Amino acid sequence: MADNPQAVEVNCETGEVVTRDLTAEEIAASKKAAADFAAKAKADADAQAAADAAKASAQAKLAALGLTAAEVAALVG
Amino acid sequence: MANPTMTLIASNTVGSGGAGNFTFSSIPATYTDLKVVISPKADSNPYGENFIWYELGINGQGSYVNITSRDILNNGSSTVSSGTNNSQTMFMPTTANSNNFGSTELYFPNYTSSNNKSISVDSVAEWNGSSGTNNAWGLSALLWSQTSTISSLTFYARSGSGTSFAQYSTFYLYGINNS
Repeated sequence: MADNPQAVEVNCETGEVVTRDLTAEEIAASKKAAADFAAKAKADADAQAAADAAKASAQAKLAALGLTAAEVAALVG
Repeated sequence: MANPTMTLIASNTVGSGGAGNFTFSSIPATYTDLKVVISPKADSNPYGENFIWYELGINGQGSYVNITSRDILNNGSSTVSSGTNNSQTMFMPTTANSNNFGSTELYFPNYTSSNNKSISVDSVAEWNGSSGTNNAWGLSALLWSQTSTISSLTFYARSGSGTSFAQYSTFYLYGINNS
């Protein structure tokens, strides 16, 4: 991994290839994109965990009412 | 009689310094469609996975600016998700895959039209392992909600996470004429 991330640009008209360091703005935009994705991934994981917990709670309550495991599975999977 | 042709416009193999961003600029407006073929690999493994996604920007507008998508994504064991994911459309193996490069094709029909542009993407990150998250692939339909001619394509390797396209990653841009 390069110490300074590089940008590579190929000019399709001239064939010239330019390699340069990413600008501070480009790095900041990339970091923001990465942070936004991480936040979305955490939100998705948290929502899934909450849904899983609710499902487990429902299964436990149904079992406490006397339903068999097959009956609980038929209702909530 | 129609005589469709496919012409290599430009290509590049990433050098030893890697590439956080890769751009085809000054794309000529003389073709009917564009096709991009990429064989990418990440030069790190920032999320501890066997693959990582990378991103598209058009005409210098930034990563996925004015781009929306409908996707079917898979991590090798089951369909992960379908719907609008936008930033997870293209995948490449990380350094967890010591010898593998991925494969991505993008097709840009009527890239000079004055309408919004549709784009199709087919991407897979190869993985030879037998455990963990084995693979990732995506099939996506993108919409670039802009009416100008596509003249520049940039691929972002998520360098904000410290990742670049690794040395020997390849990028090919083709122009296709329908007559």
